[in-house]
Amino acid sequence: MKLTLKVWRQKNNSDKGGFVNYPLDGISKDMSFLEMLDVLNEELSEKGEDPVHFDHDCREGICGMCSLYINGKPHGPQQTTTCQLHMRSFSDGDTITIEPWRAAAFPVVKDLVVDRSSFDRIIQAGGYVSVNTGGVPDANEIPIPKIIADEAFDAATCIGCGACVAACKNASAMLFTSAKISQLAMLPQGQVERKNRAEKMIAQMDEEGFGACTNTGACAAECPKGISLTNIARMNREYFSAVLSSDNV
Amino acid sequence: MILDSKSPAGPLAEKWTKHKFTSKLVNPANKRKYEVIVVGTGLAGASAAASLAELGYNVKAFCFQDSPRRAHSIAAQGGINAAKNYQNDGDSVFRLFYDTIKGGDYRARESNVYRLAEVSVNIIDQCVAQGVPFAREYGGLLANRSFGGAQVSRTFYARGQTGQQLLLGAYSALSRQVANGKVKLYPRTEMMDLVTIDGEARGIVTRNLITGAIETHAAHAVLLCTGGYGNVFFLSTNAMGSNVTAAWRAHKKGAYFANPCYTQIHPTCIPVSGDHQSKLTLMSESLRNDGRVWVPKTVEMAEKLRKGQIKPSEIKDEDRDYYLERKYPSFGNLVPRDVASRNAKYVCDEGRGVNETGEAVFLDFRDAIKRDSEDAIRARYGNLFDMYQQITGENPYQTPMMIYPAVHYTMGGLWVDYNLMTTVPGLYALGEANFSDHGANRLGASALMQGLADGYFVIPYTLGDYLAQNLATKIDANHPEFAKAEAEVKAKIQKLLSIKGTKTVDYFHKRLGKIMWNECGMARTAEGLTKAKAEIKALRAEFWKDVKVLGANEELNQSLEKAHRVADFLELGELMVDDALNRNESCGGHFREEYQTPEGEALRDDENFAYVAAWKYMGDEQEEELNKEPLVFENVKLTQRSYK
Repeated sequence: MKLTLKVWRQKNNSDKGGFVNYPLDGISKDMSFLEMLDVLNEELSEKGEDPVHFDHDCREGICGMCSLYINGKPHGPQQTTTCQLHMRSFSDGDTITIEPWRAAAFPVVKDLVVDRSSFDRIIQAGGYVSVNTGGVPDANEIPIPKIIADEAFDAATCIGCGACVAACKNASAMLFTSAKISQLAMLPQGQVERKNRAEKMIAQMDEEGFGACTNTGACAAECPKGISLTNIARMNREYFSAVLSSDNV
Repeated sequence: MILDSKSPAGPLAEKWTKHKFTSKLVNPANKRKYEVIVVGTGLAGASAAASLAELGYNVKAFCFQDSPRRAHSIAAQGGINAAKNYQNDGDSVFRLFYDTIKGGDYRARESNVYRLAEVSVNIIDQCVAQGVPFAREYGGLLANRSFGGAQVSRTFYARGQTGQQLLLGAYSALSRQVANGKVKLYPRTEMMDLVTIDGEARGIVTRNLITGAIETHAAHAVLLCTGGYGNVFFLSTNAMGSNVTAAWRAHKKGAYFANPCYTQIHPTCIPVSGDHQSKLTLMSESLRNDGRVWVPKTVEMAEKLRKGQIKPSEIKDEDRDYYLERKYPSFGNLVPRDVASRNAKYVCDEGRGVNETGEAVFLDFRDAIKRDSEDAIRARYGNLFDMYQQITGENPYQTPMMIYPAVHYTMGGLWVDYNLMTTVPGLYALGEANFSDHGANRLGASALMQGLADGYFVIPYTLGDYLAQNLATKIDANHPEFAKAEAEVKAKIQKLLSIKGTKTVDYFHKRLGKIMWNECGMARTAEGLTKAKAEIKALRAEFWKDVKVLGANEELNQSLEKAHRVADFLELGELMVDDALNRNESCGGHFREEYQTPEGEALRDDENFAYVAAWKYMGDEQEEELNKEPLVFENVKLTQRSYK
């Protein structure tokens, strides 16, 4: 396959950045998208040019590190992570545009690498059950209906990649935040801190500069793990019930 | 030197209880005076950092990823073992201990393994309390499955994402301590060296991966929770960033490296598709419960397959060789990982491999689908089949999967005593980074158990014992040793940047990987290993003459990051070869062709090799010194494994 890559290059956070075109030849359909970029980077390095920097780690669709905006879609044309996208999804002669996630709360570090530490701070605001190591009840003393456990699981599969933010025209982090709030609101372990958690995580989300939700559903449509919009509805409910009957007396 | 494991005396079942009681405690008010560094935020690192912070210690946690949640523990699929005996099927702490010791081919330390089995039950309680969504039965209680050929159902699981859910649990506990101000996080920060003062670990030197800033951090103790070194093979199921650098640089500062040749090759991975391949993807070994492994009986037929002249479905049963069922009638396709892997290699070496590269065998679900229906198979393995199709573009419901073994886990690692302390006082190694619990072969669903056992339930006790005895130690990042280590790191970076050679870092990494895979992989010979040693030496020399590392230090520079890691792999590779050469026996994941039974099975030599080989670094380009920890078995009888 012969391709033209139109790649966003930006030296660092203060650089303005811009697109650079790279022709690329000899790409096999069996390559993953990131392996195709490896080929480009080997070629650039051999020529003495700075390779294109991008985030990636597990390359099996679970760590959430890879984060490319491909032809106008986070993670490209399929509902997978970038690392699971393969070149057979493209055709000979294609021009492929590759950009970083675009959001005020995800500043660009270099080229296609962004800073997603805002997600960590949202979790730090309350995305946990406050139990210390040891001194917990036997695991089977907390029975949970299978249907609830499965629903909580669906929310818990979020990989924190940020595609939801990148897909949203408002760069909202509602899907990410709601997945964690939902998971813990549904489980008995999460009940004690349920209201406080919703209040704090949402406050942090706002403070980080993520946009508001206007229910377009782009986030769920692009989520590689299929996190459902139901979680946002549930989070809104959690939030209103929390502010109306806050534990913060 | 004979190494002292510091295993407590007394009956096996009482050792840990007794040890906890005799360990010294740190007064609650004094805990806040201690600084602890934790490198790595996977299961071992995140659980240790959170638990120590909860106790009151001041913790600094480092990871090279952009967030602690991305550590490679996240990719574990299958499950986590625990001796809960919730299924009433005869499990017990002793049985889990026994299975783990036997599975490790009698090359692990009894006391550590027993403790692991003992605390396994607490791990499940802890994770459930954190909100980890394990699989459940309709009655609301936890579900279990049998895994990796175990005869009891003791594996707890969360779909095919157990590692992810456990790590997110540990990450949530860690995040809570970050919010409490007891843990300071350093993401995108890589440990470049260990700082020792008077032989004790007193801090680390790090590189900020965004700015390139070289920084020093002082502490009363340093915990390395930095995972395994499977990426020495270039291709493995590890994450791209997984590396040995922290452990290796600690090794060069005095920490012995134990059993480096013990690597686990997993039989069911998606085969290599070409030179561009960057990593290998594991398919859960549960697939072998229903899939049948085969290759054509003849080389001619295999050639036709490789050229695409014939489809697998067109090959008649009488022309297929179900070689595992043929050779191991009682275990069949469910033989342990090392046996399944080795046999795949043999049939491919004979020229009977089935894909373009000749390095793949079939895992065929045709008969299972006929027997149970396609829907039943989809319910069991749907997500795995989808993943396979995503990567290969083939539909495994219609055509057999192709699989081949790949490097998956490293049982070797830094030598630690019963307290998880390395040979450098104040330096600890937890999880895959240490060598301690899996012997020569790790059983399925045991890696997650060990990472969390070390972090949640072992280190909080054993670290206190060390710190309590060092109350008066002052830590000071202005000590000249810090400046010295920092200068060495800077010099090394300058050296890498100034070579300006002609070959990229990946070029060297791929070549090293080939040498390791061919000569120190599934089957090893003295001749091949000797050849590999010379090749690695030459490759290392070439690297330091001709590597091309672009850019500068003072920026995000992924070539420079890789260059450091590959430089260390080039040294570790030689030590692995030395260790494999020294171990004149076959055990677990280490198969020396010279040492096999007449039937071609691994032949252990308990008389001469029932010891841990712990290597001491002696200086650049010097042969390392072998030290031994004899393994004493008081509670199990050593037997030959047989799967016929």
